Amino acid sequence: MDALAPAPAATLHGPSLRQRFAARGFDAVTLLVVPAAIFSLLLFVYPFAFGFILSFTPKAGGDWLANYRRFFSDAFLYDTIAKTLWLAVPVTLLNLLLAVPIAFRVRLMRHQRLLTTILVLPITLGTVLVAEGLLNYLGPQGWFNRTLMTIGLISEPLKLVHNYWGVFASLVITGFPFTFLLTLSYVTGIDPALEQAGATLGASSWQRFRYIYLPLLMPGFAITFCLSFVQAFSVFPSAVLLGAPAGPTRVISIAAYQAAFEEYDYSMASAVAMIMGFVQLGIVVAVLASRGLFYRGPASGAKG
Amino acid sequence: MIRDTTLAAKLWAVAIWAIVIFFVLNLFAMIGTVVTSSFATRWLGTWLPAGWTTRWYDSAWSEFQLGDVLLVTFQIVGAVVLISGILGVTAAYALARRDFMGKRLLVLLFLLPLLIPPITFGIPLATVLYQTGLAGTFWGVVAANLVPTVPFVILVMIPFIEQIDPKIEAAARVFGANTFKLFIHVLLPLLLPGILAALLLVLVRTIAMFELTFLVAGPTSQTLVVALYYAVFAAGVRAVQSIDAMAVIYMVTTLVWLIIALRFVNPTQIVTRAKQQPAH
Amino acid sequence: MTIALSQFEEVRLDRVSRDFGALNALRDVSLTIKRREFIALLGPSGCGKSTTLNCIAGLLPVTGGAIWLDNSRVDTLRPEERGFGMVFQNYALFPHLNVRQNIGFGLKMRGVPKAEIDRKVDEALGLVRLHGQENKLPGQLSGGQQQRVAIARAIVIEPPLVLMDEPLSNLDAKLRLEMRAEIRRIHNELGATTIYVTHDQDEALSLADRIVVLRDGVVRQVGTPKELYEEPAHLDVADFMGFRNKLRGRVVANESDRIILDVEGAKISGVAREGLSLGSAAYAAIRPDDLEVGEPGSNTLAVKVDTMEYRGREFVGTAHTAGGLDLVFRSHHAVEPGANIHLRAADERVLVFADAIRGRN
Repeated sequence: MDALAPAPAATLHGPSLRQRFAARGFDAVTLLVVPAAIFSLLLFVYPFAFGFILSFTPKAGGDWLANYRRFFSDAFLYDTIAKTLWLAVPVTLLNLLLAVPIAFRVRLMRHQRLLTTILVLPITLGTVLVAEGLLNYLGPQGWFNRTLMTIGLISEPLKLVHNYWGVFASLVITGFPFTFLLTLSYVTGIDPALEQAGATLGASSWQRFRYIYLPLLMPGFAITFCLSFVQAFSVFPSAVLLGAPAGPTRVISIAAYQAAFEEYDYSMASAVAMIMGFVQLGIVVAVLASRGLFYRGPASGAKG
Repeated sequence: MIRDTTLAAKLWAVAIWAIVIFFVLNLFAMIGTVVTSSFATRWLGTWLPAGWTTRWYDSAWSEFQLGDVLLVTFQIVGAVVLISGILGVTAAYALARRDFMGKRLLVLLFLLPLLIPPITFGIPLATVLYQTGLAGTFWGVVAANLVPTVPFVILVMIPFIEQIDPKIEAAARVFGANTFKLFIHVLLPLLLPGILAALLLVLVRTIAMFELTFLVAGPTSQTLVVALYYAVFAAGVRAVQSIDAMAVIYMVTTLVWLIIALRFVNPTQIVTRAKQQPAH
Repeated sequence: MTIALSQFEEVRLDRVSRDFGALNALRDVSLTIKRREFIALLGPSGCGKSTTLNCIAGLLPVTGGAIWLDNSRVDTLRPEERGFGMVFQNYALFPHLNVRQNIGFGLKMRGVPKAEIDRKVDEALGLVRLHGQENKLPGQLSGGQQQRVAIARAIVIEPPLVLMDEPLSNLDAKLRLEMRAEIRRIHNELGATTIYVTHDQDEALSLADRIVVLRDGVVRQVGTPKELYEEPAHLDVADFMGFRNKLRGRVVANESDRIILDVEGAKISGVAREGLSLGSAAYAAIRPDDLEVGEPGSNTLAVKVDTMEYRGREFVGTAHTAGGLDLVFRSHHAVEPGANIHLRAADERVLVFADAIRGRN
């Protein structure tokens, strides 16, 4: 402290509260974030924490792990993980494998907007409507089976609803556009001059994909896979409406829903939801960790 | 762009277009099935129905009390759009303009509800809402729907606000505008296109949001998509055509807003704007 | 130097055309490039110079005509089969590969053994003076270094032809001069054949053996820098070569090698560069350097000075005539703005062209 001029009280005690907050970047404008943050804490973080703790206080009594022990000892419950994975993984892989070459082709199109608009339709309409539509369309008397029979590919209608394939089809109809639009945004983000440079250096179209596009796109593909997988893993209405909800498409969200709204065991339901979250998290972490192996900088040619 | 002209490349291109056409064809056929059925007198075992009628729309309207359902749907959607707009835009402004301790954590917090599927966080959320007695009520449904829409508005608006030069605001202050005037005369006009786009997308997403509404809605707070789910779930109770008529009404309500939204945003944005954020 | 560029005699563009829908980006461009030549394609943006380069590289298919490398036709080949080296405007370095991998990319695609790739890449690194940087990613390099990597990557595959698309346009002024010299040095050391696209006439004049001036997809003039600078064939070429003053007038006399124009009542005589008939409209083109402040007399225009800018060694002034013609001139002495002066040009320094529109195909 300066001995010559008597310092006012505020400086004696260091900078004011307001100044200290300002130094850390908090001022009136920053406070605008508070309502949304409180809202998010109340309706997102708190329920999650609450559900997490609730899952360790079983409704039927017993020790704190009873819910989880029950889940992993009851085949009717733990099988749902395998059944969900058995739907989600193949669908996500198929969607990604289709999306990549199509995105490469569509990138060259001048009028992409018509196609992207069409593809946005099933995403906006949502799974319930797609389930209702497919129920008729893929049914034994539906146009799909009818067409196949007319052109002579099959003689008996294929059974495509109320089983695995019904849910599979609905996940492709809503999941493929999602995967495709994400992939397209990554593919178009790469400077076309890089491919041209590759071509002048003698790389064939396959080599250009293998040595230029693929390494640059791998991180984007990993994220696309994760987001698509998480969507598919949480399949719910179409598994009930289009699938066999007591059998091969009894997915994990059905188990959680039944625990909550049929048995009214919110503790068990929370436990199932937590397990669902952890499986998703596990796969996402595994995929994103392998992303560390890839190049992650800008994909637009190097400048400056 | 390099276009290959070899035979193999041409075959490859043909194969890819064949897949695209197959997909789009099936998509339209699926939607066509619903529309056709809703106008069918009787449709069993033939390519096209025996006759055409619009009476299923009348019966669906009364059987499913669609008048009430639609009213509730628009009230809920309206409340969600308004509240997520206010909460989202203010928070986005703070996040775009200021750097403060814990900002990255906060952004992550806003990102999670968009990355985690609604059914995963919906169950614990529903549990809490049932315990507080909010579940089943109008405001319970609104609150649940706000969980993903507030972050959505924030993440769409942050880049939009960032591209507006802060010097414009400084200039307005120099010329004597106070915070309120600054907001009304400078920020709002500049941000309006972004806000409009974000809110239209929120609107479309909320009409179609099944899981969260389904988990917390009561009989008087159902939206159209949940009513449709129950109708399909209880198939056999009502005529198929009646359910399809309801599905068409649902499609029309969604698509009208989608078409309006597409005047302001690129279709890819519906998927990527919010989802691409973590992908640095 | 063991980077041995493939041997050939000439590259020939034979009436090459390229349409984009209804737009003719290139019309009947014919050009022969000899081995070891440094050719600059010069023109304003949109003139077709980059289109020409992309057609030669194979990145754009031609819609008419043919491109020959000696006796083999190359325009039907895919870019990867042509084997020309190309340096892109924004370098287009592969951001995920380090300098060594970027330079070795073309050799790797050709299936060259690893040891030989290493040897050739080392040599190329030496040629562009980038030793010590080989393990860096492009993002870690400065603009000039990235430029060097782009050049090394193009020449290491020993191409018969090196194509450069405005390679210096992203560099600052000082670096641009430095790299200009480097590009010429590398061209000379390798004995390469280079086609260089630019919109900067200084660059073209200082680098090229021959310059091709393009406008609206048509070749306007081909010649050595000296020919273009001293004897531009058309008004637009002259404009590009620094004839900033273009005085519109009417032909009043046409004597052997001198032609006389009436410009706002003043008689201006000059050298005719295009066929002109008596009474037709024409332009007298004069460089600012060739206008001097002087007394009233022959080949003189009376003007009023508008501005005077100090440029170190001299002044640059702008002025206008009573009829509203604007002129730019240089002077060793300051003249007060507003002063009425006379500007004179020696008649052998005045070039006379037909109306700008005529002479275009």
